[in-house]
Amino acid sequence: MMGSVLAPGSRRGVEAMEGAAVRGRSLWDDARRRLFRHRAAVAGMAALSLLVLAAVIGPMLIPFSYDQINKADTWVGPLQHGHLLGADALGRDLLARLLIGLRVSLAIGLVATLVSLLIGVAWGAVAGYAGGRLDEAMMRMVDVLYSLPFIFFVILLMVAFGSNILLIFVAIGAVEWLTMSRIVRGQTLALKQKEFVEAARAAGLGRGAIIARHIVPNLLGPVVVYVTLTIPAVILAESFLSFLGLGVQPPMASLGTLIAGGAQDMELAPWLLVFPSLTMVVTLMSFNFIGDGLRDAIDPKDR
Amino acid sequence: MLRYIGRRLLIAIPTLFLVVTAAFFMMRAAPGSPFDLDRKLSPAIERNIRERYGMNKPLPQQYLDYVGGVLKGDLGPSLKYQDKTVLEILKENYPVSLKLGLSAIVIAALVGVSLGVIAALRQNRTADHAVMTLAILGVCIPTFVTAPLLVLALASKLGWLPTAGWNNGALPNLVLPVTVLALPQIAIISRLTRAGMIEVLRSNYVRTARAKGLPEGRIVVKHALRAALLPLVSYLGPACAGLLTGSLVVERIFNLPGLGKFFVISALQRDYTVVMGMVILYAGLILTLNLLADLLYAVLDPRVRLG
Repeated sequence: MMGSVLAPGSRRGVEAMEGAAVRGRSLWDDARRRLFRHRAAVAGMAALSLLVLAAVIGPMLIPFSYDQINKADTWVGPLQHGHLLGADALGRDLLARLLIGLRVSLAIGLVATLVSLLIGVAWGAVAGYAGGRLDEAMMRMVDVLYSLPFIFFVILLMVAFGSNILLIFVAIGAVEWLTMSRIVRGQTLALKQKEFVEAARAAGLGRGAIIARHIVPNLLGPVVVYVTLTIPAVILAESFLSFLGLGVQPPMASLGTLIAGGAQDMELAPWLLVFPSLTMVVTLMSFNFIGDGLRDAIDPKDR
Repeated sequence: MLRYIGRRLLIAIPTLFLVVTAAFFMMRAAPGSPFDLDRKLSPAIERNIRERYGMNKPLPQQYLDYVGGVLKGDLGPSLKYQDKTVLEILKENYPVSLKLGLSAIVIAALVGVSLGVIAALRQNRTADHAVMTLAILGVCIPTFVTAPLLVLALASKLGWLPTAGWNNGALPNLVLPVTVLALPQIAIISRLTRAGMIEVLRSNYVRTARAKGLPEGRIVVKHALRAALLPLVSYLGPACAGLLTGSLVVERIFNLPGLGKFFVISALQRDYTVVMGMVILYAGLILTLNLLADLLYAVLDPRVRLG
């Protein structure tokens, strides 16, 4: 499957060689080797795996839950009363809240990016492949949306319809698809001149099928790179909203709400600010490192 | 050139119009009204208030009235801050946001470009690695993390700077908020400059300049920098606009009397006219800045033909 992505038509060749003693090296194998030689990217992947693991199973491993109030543990510092990272004004365990917050932030990052991915790829691929008037109209719309103060529209949405998590996903995703659609359109313009698309057309395939089966799979490279850079942008946007009190609502937590809360109490309990901030920074850096590494690995231009 | 500006304006005006329309109807579609108070108003009073602000008319009529007013330069009265028009609120509070944003972008451009040039000239050496590490950190540490940490260190513990407040824009009060706003921009600008410089320094005309014996400083400043800054120009337009929205958080942390505060509060209180006024202001700014960036691009790069 990997072989078909960058080198269309070579799939059968790769499969045929699979059993043979010498295996062919596809473009993806090359890219993977380059990625694993990129030290920062490897560090980013390792850190991110740990973070994801912690967010998924971490909350089950600690004896506190994120919304459990312990009057006796108010403002308890790290390593006291069994709270590894301390507790907050209500005596809630910071580690438990941090893990849940990380889970929420990562989930928002993933889902909102997925939303932006779906809209952006579909929009860009259709505009690029159709060309002509439709292309112009669709991209003009992107230009117009670009010039809107969009974060304000997200704020309006959140204020108007209440901050439920689902809406945050959709609102942020709906803001972030613009750049994606531009990248995809540019790639599509180049791809549709290629022989394999012409062959598909000659074979009598319809437009929709060509876009879905031949254009979109070949867009994967640049899209993957951009996705790894969109996720941290989304996480940042969510925490920005949470900081303004419009994001995730208590007792639920996200990295943004934890940092906002920590900033208020920082003189009394600096650990409430420091640990969430560190987690946030490590998360964002991992994604950025992976994105940089992927770009170096996949994009032949910058090599 | 003039024709190009004219055509761009011809596109910008309908865009602004679309923004106004979208914001107007979004705001009105939201549940709640500016007259929802803790204590319920008697129906007669509420009717009177609605009548006073023309909100008893059908929505399309209100929309036309509003757009008509905007065209005459009248943004209407605030629905929440009595005795104040939207224009007055903008005039009172916008200068604060503007001063913050402008100081931040100027500092970010100066520091970022210098760092980027140094990094490019010392490619793959210690100075380069230091700058690039700084750049990564700058992009990854959000303003609402740097701001409280800096306040904790420089203001609360060391007492060098005031923790918050505006104090009529006195310099000590400006240092922290402007630094916080500028840091991520410095990071991005230095990265862009470094990438541009590295590419340009390898180009043929720089080699020619070297070959004819120009001093290195002159080559860097007069020949390379001009071309290397091109990507920066197209970044700076939207970035200025971004700084203005970014100041939302900074204004809140440092308790500054800028416009950012009003956006969230007014949206929460359904102060329709104030929110609309701000949307118009920001959209207008973004459109203008983008146009300026494109024009500047053409001035800096003679290969670009506007048409």
